[in-house]
Amino acid sequence: MLDMHLTERDIHMTDTKISARNCQVYYGDTHAIRDVNVDIADKTVTAFIGPSGCGKSTFLRCLNRMNDTIEGCRVEGRIAMDGEDIYDAKVDPVQLRAKVGMVFQKPNPFPKSIYENVAYGPRIHGMARSRADLDEIVETSLRRAALWNEAKDRLDQPGTGLSGGQQQRLCIARAVATAPEVLLMDEPCSALDPIATAQVEELIDELRQSFSVVIVTHSMQQAARVSQKTAFFHLGQLVEFGETGKIFTNPADPRTESYISGRIG
Amino acid sequence: MTEVSVDPARSGPARSILVQDARTKRRNAAERRFRAYGLAAIGIAMAALILLLTSVLAAGLSAYKQTYLQLEVNLPAAKLDPKGNRDPAEMSKVFTLAYAPLLQQALAAKLDALGVTTTLSAKDMGDLISKEAPATLRNQVLADPSLIGSPHVIDVLASGRIDGFFKGRVTMESAALDANTSPEALRVAQALKDAGVMVTRLNWAFLTAPDASDQRPEAAGLGVAILGSLYMMIVVLVMALPLGVAAAIYLEEFAPKNRFTDVIEVNISNLAAVPSIVFGILGLAIFINFMGLRQSSPLVGGLVLTLMTLPTIIISTRAALKSVPPSIRDAALGVGASKMQSVFHHVLPLAAPGILTGTIIGLAQALGETAPLLLIGMVAFVRDYPSAFSSSTGLFGDPSTALPVQVYNWTQRADPAFVERASGAIIALLVFLLTMNAVAIILRRRFERRW
Repeated sequence: MLDMHLTERDIHMTDTKISARNCQVYYGDTHAIRDVNVDIADKTVTAFIGPSGCGKSTFLRCLNRMNDTIEGCRVEGRIAMDGEDIYDAKVDPVQLRAKVGMVFQKPNPFPKSIYENVAYGPRIHGMARSRADLDEIVETSLRRAALWNEAKDRLDQPGTGLSGGQQQRLCIARAVATAPEVLLMDEPCSALDPIATAQVEELIDELRQSFSVVIVTHSMQQAARVSQKTAFFHLGQLVEFGETGKIFTNPADPRTESYISGRIG
Repeated sequence: MTEVSVDPARSGPARSILVQDARTKRRNAAERRFRAYGLAAIGIAMAALILLLTSVLAAGLSAYKQTYLQLEVNLPAAKLDPKGNRDPAEMSKVFTLAYAPLLQQALAAKLDALGVTTTLSAKDMGDLISKEAPATLRNQVLADPSLIGSPHVIDVLASGRIDGFFKGRVTMESAALDANTSPEALRVAQALKDAGVMVTRLNWAFLTAPDASDQRPEAAGLGVAILGSLYMMIVVLVMALPLGVAAAIYLEEFAPKNRFTDVIEVNISNLAAVPSIVFGILGLAIFINFMGLRQSSPLVGGLVLTLMTLPTIIISTRAALKSVPPSIRDAALGVGASKMQSVFHHVLPLAAPGILTGTIIGLAQALGETAPLLLIGMVAFVRDYPSAFSSSTGLFGDPSTALPVQVYNWTQRADPAFVERASGAIIALLVFLLTMNAVAIILRRRFERRW
């Protein structure tokens, strides 16, 4: 573990953005997530790590109710954003997803132009009053996703014609365009090469200035590089949650230590 | 310690890769055999197709040509317009019967002028001319009364036997046994042909004229049938496309997956396998007997074919929707689109080429369907062009017939000239089907290029 480069980070103790209490998730009869309690801070990168099938992606998808689209999936317990229960009957998941953006494992741009990809969210949410407004949102979002310089001359070209890394940044721009408060990223770099990965990681660090980022990753090095807080999931349970530096250097739970040192998983 | 036995076949210097062992030889032989079977299957299919096409083309292409007599016909005012005021209403009191002798006289005059002598009686000579010709002439005169009073050169339809003689269907030997013609008539016809009075030329009337009775195969055309088929296709497109696509979208994207929707799914698949004649009985019972819609009308035909086409469209639309990757739905939902927005903005445009292809294939099926139309009375003999809308019969309510039914109809007739007509109609049907498929392919390409 010594070769893992851990920088000292200034961790401001900020407000809790999302808090989960006694969260349970069932797929039919399978109990996929047990008793997860976690507080996700605002303007922080929180990483979820753990072996395959441990439930980290499932839990991530609970945070913007993407699990609603899965047949037979049931969520119990309380998940609150800014103190409001997101599973309340009065909550419209569509409205929630505008506030909690998501980036997926495989880059999935719409088969439309780059401009249309980014403009789609603001358009359906009525965020732009005029074409000029929309142009501005698109430009800002692409700049924030560090894609503006590469894409500004080909905004009308299809988004699917970009390289893998560019596509993923386009997806980030698309998520950023709706001005979310939380950005969920489900293994955003697993389909990218190391250079594209480095670009996206750099981007994540910048996005932290604006909102809280939750990232699921298979790579412990990536978690160590980008996050301030890390949660370790194992067999559907949250084993340990704390500051990234502590999790990687001095884990409290023996299972965490086994995983980090490569003995399990 | 166990004894280690070494199979000499499995090791040792004998196993050279330059020599095929027995097992590899057997595998290669099996592969060669399989390829041969595949080639044979394709060969048989292609041979069948070529046989079908050549037989249809050989029998039917001649329907697109027709023999005419170019005669100078006197149109005496005394006979055709006894009142002398050129009023079509008055002139229509002169029946077709009065026009026939004019044509016979014109033919006789022509033969005299050419110096052709014949033993034919006046009546037999008249049989050179189609029974349809006087009616055509009368319509021409009624449409343009100014023709009356002076001689005009007019294209007169030759009779079916004479037409058949120039197409090789009728021979001197067959004419000797034929009550409707004689070797002498054929000789006269040949003389007229040699003199350039009788010509065989392209016959657009085959595609535009209405059907004709048993006695006049030379005048029978597909006009009414094409119009009827066109009206039915409009009804099918307007009814089946929105219904089918809406049903498929609901079932695929919105419906809960439970026992009830499973039953619906299975039933839709079964509906696609229901024999088409059953739909005809259904249409007869519901649309005609219960709802009181008009028999033989393209509206009822279209509705029956809609029922038949619906499952095809639903199934192909569902397949097209299924083939859109779920990541697109996730992406749309992830930026806060509602379920309906994600379907209509993203999934449906991607599925459009598949939906289009399915729809056109469904339409093509409906275009070629015969059995259910027989049951709702579309097999009738219809001479009047159906109108799309009329105040007495409503939308698509005029009696009409359809292309495949016209083929069926003509194959039932006694005169061998109708074999040629039926094959010609099959060619027209095939051309329409090929055109539709080509349109499907072109639209598909264009849609796909947009992304």
